[in-house]
Formats: sequence, C-alpha cells, structure tokens
Amino acid sequence: MANFFSSRDSCPAVKNILLLDSEGKRVVVKYYSDEWPTNSAKLAFEKSLFTKTLKSNARVEEITMFDDNIVIYKFVQDLHFYVTGGDEDNELILASVLQGFFDAVALLLRNTVDKREALENLDLIYLCLDEIVDQGMILETDTSVIAGKVAIQSLDAGAPLSEQTISQALATAREHLARTLLK
Amino acid sequence: MAQPLVKKDDDRDDEEYSPFLGIEKGAVLQEARVFNDPQLDARRCSQVITKLLYLLNQGETFTKIEATEVFFSVTKLFQSRDIGLRRMVYLMIKELSPSADEVIIVTSSLMKDMNSKTDMYRANAIRVLCRITDGTLLTQIERYLKQAIVDKNPVVASAALVSGIHLLQTNPEIVKRWSNEVQEAVQSRAALVQFHALALLHQIRQNDRLAVSKLVTSLTRGSVRSPLAQCLLIRYTSQVIRESASNTQTGDRPFYDFLEGCLRHKAEMVIFEAARAITELNGVTTRELTPAITVLQLFLSSSKPVLRFAAVRTLNKVAMTHPMAVTNCNIDMESLISDQNRSIATLAITTLLKTGNESSVDRLMKQITNFMSDIADEFKIVVVEAIRSLCLKFPLKYRSLMNFLSNILREEGGFEYKKAIVDSIVILIRDIPDAKEGGLLHLCEFIEDCEFTYLSTQILHFLGIEGPKTSDPSKYIRYIYNRVHLENATVRASAVSTLAKFGAMVDSLKPRIFVLLRRCLYDSDDEVRDRATLYLNTLGGEGEVVETDKDAKEFLFGSLDVPLVNLETSLKAYVPSEEPFDIHSVPKEVKTQPLVEKKAPGKKPAGLGAPPSGPATTVDAYERLLSSVPEFSNFGKVFKSSAPVELTEAETEYAVNVVKHIFDRHVVFQYNCTNTIPEQLLENVIVIVDASDAEEFSEVASKPLRSLPYDSPGQTFVAFEKPEGVPAVGKFSNMLRFIVREVDPSTGEPEDDGVEDEYQLEDLEVVSADYVLKVGVSNFRNAWESMDPDDEKVDEYGLGPRENLTEAVNAVISLLGMQPCEGTEVVPSNSRSHTCLLSGVYIGNVKVLVRLQFGIDSQKEVAMKLAVRSDDVAVSEAIHDIVASG
Repeated sequence: MANFFSSRDSCPAVKNILLLDSEGKRVVVKYYSDEWPTNSAKLAFEKSLFTKTLKSNARVEEITMFDDNIVIYKFVQDLHFYVTGGDEDNELILASVLQGFFDAVALLLRNTVDKREALENLDLIYLCLDEIVDQGMILETDTSVIAGKVAIQSLDAGAPLSEQTISQALATAREHLARTLLK
Repeated sequence: MAQPLVKKDDDRDDEEYSPFLGIEKGAVLQEARVFNDPQLDARRCSQVITKLLYLLNQGETFTKIEATEVFFSVTKLFQSRDIGLRRMVYLMIKELSPSADEVIIVTSSLMKDMNSKTDMYRANAIRVLCRITDGTLLTQIERYLKQAIVDKNPVVASAALVSGIHLLQTNPEIVKRWSNEVQEAVQSRAALVQFHALALLHQIRQNDRLAVSKLVTSLTRGSVRSPLAQCLLIRYTSQVIRESASNTQTGDRPFYDFLEGCLRHKAEMVIFEAARAITELNGVTTRELTPAITVLQLFLSSSKPVLRFAAVRTLNKVAMTHPMAVTNCNIDMESLISDQNRSIATLAITTLLKTGNESSVDRLMKQITNFMSDIADEFKIVVVEAIRSLCLKFPLKYRSLMNFLSNILREEGGFEYKKAIVDSIVILIRDIPDAKEGGLLHLCEFIEDCEFTYLSTQILHFLGIEGPKTSDPSKYIRYIYNRVHLENATVRASAVSTLAKFGAMVDSLKPRIFVLLRRCLYDSDDEVRDRATLYLNTLGGEGEVVETDKDAKEFLFGSLDVPLVNLETSLKAYVPSEEPFDIHSVPKEVKTQPLVEKKAPGKKPAGLGAPPSGPATTVDAYERLLSSVPEFSNFGKVFKSSAPVELTEAETEYAVNVVKHIFDRHVVFQYNCTNTIPEQLLENVIVIVDASDAEEFSEVASKPLRSLPYDSPGQTFVAFEKPEGVPAVGKFSNMLRFIVREVDPSTGEPEDDGVEDEYQLEDLEVVSADYVLKVGVSNFRNAWESMDPDDEKVDEYGLGPRENLTEAVNAVISLLGMQPCEGTEVVPSNSRSHTCLLSGVYIGNVKVLVRLQFGIDSQKEVAMKLAVRSDDVAVSEAIHDIVASG
C-alpha cells in the first residue's frame, strides 16, 4: 500500500476518511495510508485535526492544510466528516469524495444525519465507505450510485418485495429527485 | 481501548444513547457463536459483525487466536443466502486480513461468488479475493479477472480494475498481461470504469515513455467522458510535456492546446487541474499563463471555500516565479483577507506580499496588523517570512516593516513564531545597513523580556558581532550586562562572551568591560566564571585603554576552520594520553548533500544559528563501519569515501551499490546489498571481484555478510592493496555469490538447506577523481597568489564538439572531482567563454588549485586552458594527466 501512495504522482489518492462526533470521538474512521502506523498515531491525528477545525462553522465543505496534508471537512449536527489527501492533490477531487460520502450517508439515514442515527445504522456506513474508496483509490463518488449499492443489499433478498419496501424505495427515489432538482 | 471510552460515556450523561454502550470484546466474541448455529439468523449475525467491526474501528485488537476463531466462524456464514449478511461477511474478511493458510478456506466460496449471477456478489468477491490473495492463487483466478475487466456491468469492471491497480504493486508480471483488456476498458461508456482503466493502464506502462506518449496522443484527440479520467489525462499530458522538454524553444509547446481546451470543460475539477498543470509547465510564458490565471481568478470569488482555497494556493505558487502575472488578481485577493477560512486569508496575504509594489506596502501592512491578532502561530510564521522577503525587495520600506516586526515581537507567541521574527530581523540587519541600529535595539529590548534561552543566547552572540561596529557601542552594554544579573546560567555565560567581544573590539570601552567581567568572577556557575577568567586573561592590558593584540582577536572572532561535527567525532575518539589533542588531525572535508537541498527549494536564507548543514554524518557512519572490521584496522585513515555507485538496475531482485574508500596504500569496496525478495534469505553473501583489468591492485582481504534477510540492507567488503600514494586506476568486474534459503512467507521461518547461487553485477571503476578531495577555499584569489607561480603548469586541450559550455564545464569538474569555488561552476546561458575555479586536496594531503578557461566557437568546438598550482609539481602534472587521459 505504501507504494501506491508514493508512486501516486499521477493518481489521486485518499489517505483517510473520518467521521467523528461533536467531542472528537470516533464514530467511524478508515485509514488507507500507513502514514499513521499505530492506533495512538491515528488518535493523535484525529484529536489535533478536530481541535484545529472545531471553531469553524463548516456547513458547506471547508478546507485546511494540516501536517502537509489537505483536509476537506463538513459538519452537520453532532457529526464531523473529514477526508484527507496529500498536499499535491487536486482539492476539488478530494472535495468530491467528501461530498459523495456525506450525501450518501444523508440519503441512507433519510436526512436525519446525527450521531445517534449513524450509530444505529453503522453497518450501512461501513458499507458506504467500502463503496467509496478501496485502499486509497477512489471507487465511486456519485451519491445515488453509492447509496444504491448499499441500499440494495440492506433489503432482504430472500423475502418477496413487500408493499412497504416498494413504498420505501419510492420515497427514497422521490427524495433524491427533489434534492437533485434543488441543487 | 474501548473500556475507558465506555466508562466516560457512563459518567457523563445517561441521555446520550448509543447502541454500543457498554460494549465489551469478550461478550461480543461470545455472541459470535451464533455464526455456528445450524439455523442462521441473518439479522442477528449482521448485528454481531457490526459490533465486531465497531470494536476494531475503535482501536481494539484481537489476539491471533481470537482472530482465527472469528474468521473460521465467519466463513460458515457463506451458507446463508442473505445479501446484506454476505456484504458484512466480505467486510469482516477484509478487516481480519487472514493468513495464507486461512485464505484457502474461503477461496472456493469467494470464487463461487465471483462467478455468481448477482453482479453485486461478483464485484465484491473480486475485491475481497484480490485483497487477501497471494501470487499462486492469482494465477488461478487470472482468467476470471480478465473477463471481469471487460464485463458490461461497470461495478464489476471497476472492482477488477481497482484490484489490478493494487495487485500491480505485488505481482506486476501478472497484471501486465492484462493490457489488452484494460485498453478495451478505457473505451468504456461508464465514467468510473474509464477512470480506473486509465489509471491502471498508465501504471502498467509508466516506465515506457513512448507508450505513455502514445496513450496521451490518442486520448487527447478522442473524448474522455469522466471528469476524473480527464484529470488523470491532464496529469499524464504534463508528464509527457515535461519529458519532451527539449523542443520547447521553437514556438508552440506540444499538447498546450489540449490543456487550454480543458479550461473550458464543464467540471470544475478538470478546469482546475488544467489551470494548475499550465502554471507548473517548465519555463511557462506569460502568454501561456494568461488563460489559466483568468479561470483561477474567477474561482477566487466562488462561494465554495474549497474552490477559493485551491485557486489562491495555486496563484500563491505562481507569484513566486511570475509575480507580474498575478497582479491582475490583486483586488480579488484583497477581499479574501477577511475570508472566514483563515487558510485562505493567509494564502491571500502572502500572495499579495509577493506581488505588491512599493506604494501598496503601507496599506497592506495596516490590513495585516488587524489580521495578525486572530490567526494561529503557524499562519503568522508564513506571514513573517513573506514580510521578510518583501522587505528585502523594497529596502526603502524597511522602517515600516521593521516596526511591524518589532511590534509583533512584543506580542504573545510560541517559540517557532518568535524565532521566525528574530531570524527575519537579523537578516534585515545584515542586508540593509540603514536598518542595523534600529534593529539591534529592537533585539535588545526583546531579550529584556525573553522566555526562550535559545533565542537569548543567539541574540547575544549576534550583538557581540554587530554591536561593536555601530556608531555608539556603549549603549548596548547595559542590555547585555542586565542579562548577567537576571538570567539563567546559559544566558549569563553567553552575555559574558558578548561583553568580552565589546571589550576586544572597542578599545575605549575596555576598562569598563574589565570592571564588569571581574564581577562575573564570583558567579555561582562555573562556566560563567571560567569564561570571565579566560577573557580577562586574553584581553590583557590590565584594563587600560590599549589595543587588543591580534592573537586575542583571532581567538575571539576567528571562525573554526573545521566542521563542528567532525571536531566532535575527533574529540570523542581522542584518548587521554601524553600526546595533546591536535586540531589539525580533524578531517576538513564537508560532504555536500545536494539532493537534500534541491528538495527544499523554499528554504530561506538562514538567520541566527543557522543549522550546521548536517554533513559528515555519512563520514561518521563509514568510519564506524570500517573500524568494525579488524582486517582493515592497519590501513590507516580513510582519505576519501566516494558517493555510492549503483551496480544493479532499479527494481531488480537484489539491489547493490558500492562505496569506494581510498586509503594511502589500500582501497576498500563497501558493497551495500539489499534483498528485495520476501521469500528469500541470503547467507554468506560475498562479492567476487575480478581485478584482471586493474593490474596495480591485489586483493588482500574480504569480509562476507553472514545473512541478508528481506529488506534490511547489509554490507560486505573487499579490500585491495595498491602502491603507496599512487593514484592507481582500474576496472573491476563483480559477481555476487551467496546461498539462498527459501522462506515460508506465513511463518517467516527459512528452510533448512540452501542453494548456492550467483548474480552478475555491473563493473566498477576506480578513477583519478577518487584521489581528489573536494575542499573549497574561501578566497580563491588569495590562495592562488600565495602559491609559487613558478610551479604553475599550463596547457591547452581541445574538448571536441559539445552541446554548450555548461556541459563541458560539468564534464571537467566531475572528471577532476574537485570543488568549484565562488560559484564559477555556473555558466551564464549563451556565453562564449567562461572561467571556472576549482580547489581540492590530492592524495598525500597536497593542496591543489585549478583555473580553467573555456571557449566555444561557432562549430560548438570547445577549447580549454588548464592552469594548475600546487605545493608539489608532481601533483600538478598528475592533474594534467587526468585531463589528458580523460
């Protein structure tokens, strides 16, 4: 994996994606680079990043330089979303990763984006991250595709499609359509 | 790890609800037994996996046994047909990263999923399998992967391509066979497939310039749909432009039109990527820059912080090389000073400081003063550095800039920030004479109330040098002597030294300084007392107004002519004996490290206490290495150690380079070997050297390397005897001989019996330059004239046709292996003649100076006049011989 990051002169790469709560504690974190080899190094990074960005009011994607890395972040309710990349990378590509992650989570949590809801649906968030980045390589950034892949699997394949699931699916689709129109 | 976290939750408030409250590893591992139930409850199992993942994610670790147990029970879940559960199983397997023998258990299940009808299964099974697989298994599934790459489902294709990108690091030879399929996938209609395929294709071909160039040529004509893929293409294009840089002087740059076209793309990330690529072109012209600057300027007023940041960061870099091109954006920049995002504001300010003109300085400083109070130290440092360079650019404005610096010096701040300010003031004092007196007083005021010992001592030292040269040195004495009363021992000691310097330099102050120094004799610290005693004695004259004699001045102010690091090593090596320590035995060679310097082009001129450019560490390391070999102990002192010479190509099985250590009567080759194959352990590694092409050398000793495990470099040595003091040259062919033992990758245990094997290395030469040390002289002219002109040897040489003079000069410098002096190695472009000055020490410790005069005619024929002066005529002739035979 280290090779992938050093020979990355040509390919955009994500070093980590973090989802922290309003006190800087982990909800979900995912590291792709071995820049932070131990858990304590990771925790230290999270803590100082959290402290540094705490004061900003990141309703839209904000950005900062941190330890020679670029960090894009966005806060909603008691959740703090972060995406880290190398300082030579295209900021807008990293922002699109954060946007994909954030919007997919919002879609999966039906717009109730807070810590409690996130913890209740932690499996969805794990799957969501798995569909966005694979060992540092961007896999997908389109919100509806990400959420779609995760949602298909949260339905029970064995069971017949019940009334409820259809209406659920319709609701999700409508919601998403409305959001795309509003953009 | 999870324990204290949970407890905190408990104490704080009961209202915060978490499904993972009170979660505990032991209990969850118990729960994981449901995986073994004959009647699987998919929902329950998913929940347990989520809990396991949660534990891992919080930093909890499983022991080897626990992990194996969980892994085996998770594999049972392949029986369930629940899609959601299967996804969680995939995640869990990836998270556990099973060992080789465990992988076998799931291989068949995963391969079944890989060929399933459900696309979702196929895509994920590919990613899991490729993540945990090793080379042997990969050949089995290769066929499926190749199919998957061209699968009509984009998710499946992407999964295979991304896995390919990762596998290329470990199994390049296999992945390289997929070129055709990958090439087909580049044409895919699905955006992300195109992106992944292009990334993989480029990585497969990255070492083949021609292939990359072809790829770029064909794709820049066609239409790449995905914005991400387009960004990649822009990067590859700039790479091709960089590598074909030679033909840029004539008119248009190849592919520039493509980059410019991308500025009109609909995706912002592509526009930005193209704009940045243009600004980073080598020797970019104003005409080429303009369209890129225009789009970046538009981004500056975007509502999105990320876009503003990206634009201002790029413009900031452009401002370093092309400040004029950025001035158009100054109005937009000024409005960014009040940006909510302080990173953006800081970048805007520093850009403005770089592009500003003399008349706007005062206005800018006013804006910055307000701004400084509410940003963090790290940003302040950036601003301080920008102000320093501004001041050097507009020396007339020093008054307002110096005032600004002294104001912020009085405010609160950490060490790094204060150091940046002090460094800046010192540099301004050095470079702008008018600023000296004011600046010194600012520093004096600062040390009155400075909490950092390091800064106080540095400033005191600086005062000692600069203070006595001012019009009224006496006014600084008070500040310095205050230190002796109020500070800790370190600062007191350095204040004593500073006082002594005033005393030595300013004769009229001497009596008063004597009084002060005598008081210091009763200090509580012995270093302070020692210094005071020393200075009282060296200054002499019993405190009368007399001139200090030259020796004392030399002692106080003369710089040490040996590198401190070398002195330190020599002192450590010195054993107390009858023989006093001789400073002349300290090696003077300073190993330059051009690579490191190149990497940090932004390094500012160092201020106070410039870090000693940490050389000599390699010298040290070599000496320690060589002294560890008893066979070499009677060889004496190393005269010179060469830079490492690679004997293998990059990316081969074994990487070997050699360092040549030259002694008076011996040469030692130090082979640095690295084993890059994880499955092998090498033993009894030795290099068999054939010296039949080097008649004057005869092998006397060799030291094999007992064992060379994967990825931990080791050394083996071979020593040769040669005639004393003679710069013998020759060519050596090398063969690496060793015993290979296979290593089981899962256990790391090597097999019992090994096989003898050989590996051909490239040849190695000992050349004349190995006998010359690079030692510079500070004043070449003085040194040249101090040598006997009668011993000068002059001759003329024709160097044949050359591209330009730079090439000829560099060739001669590397041939002689001497140190260029006074920057004469740089040839102004297009000049027809050039003089280059070199200095060095020849084996036998003979100082040599060389004056080279070059001329180039219209046919590019280069002629050179070589003049050599040295203490020994034979050495001068030897230098001529080197050139004549080179």
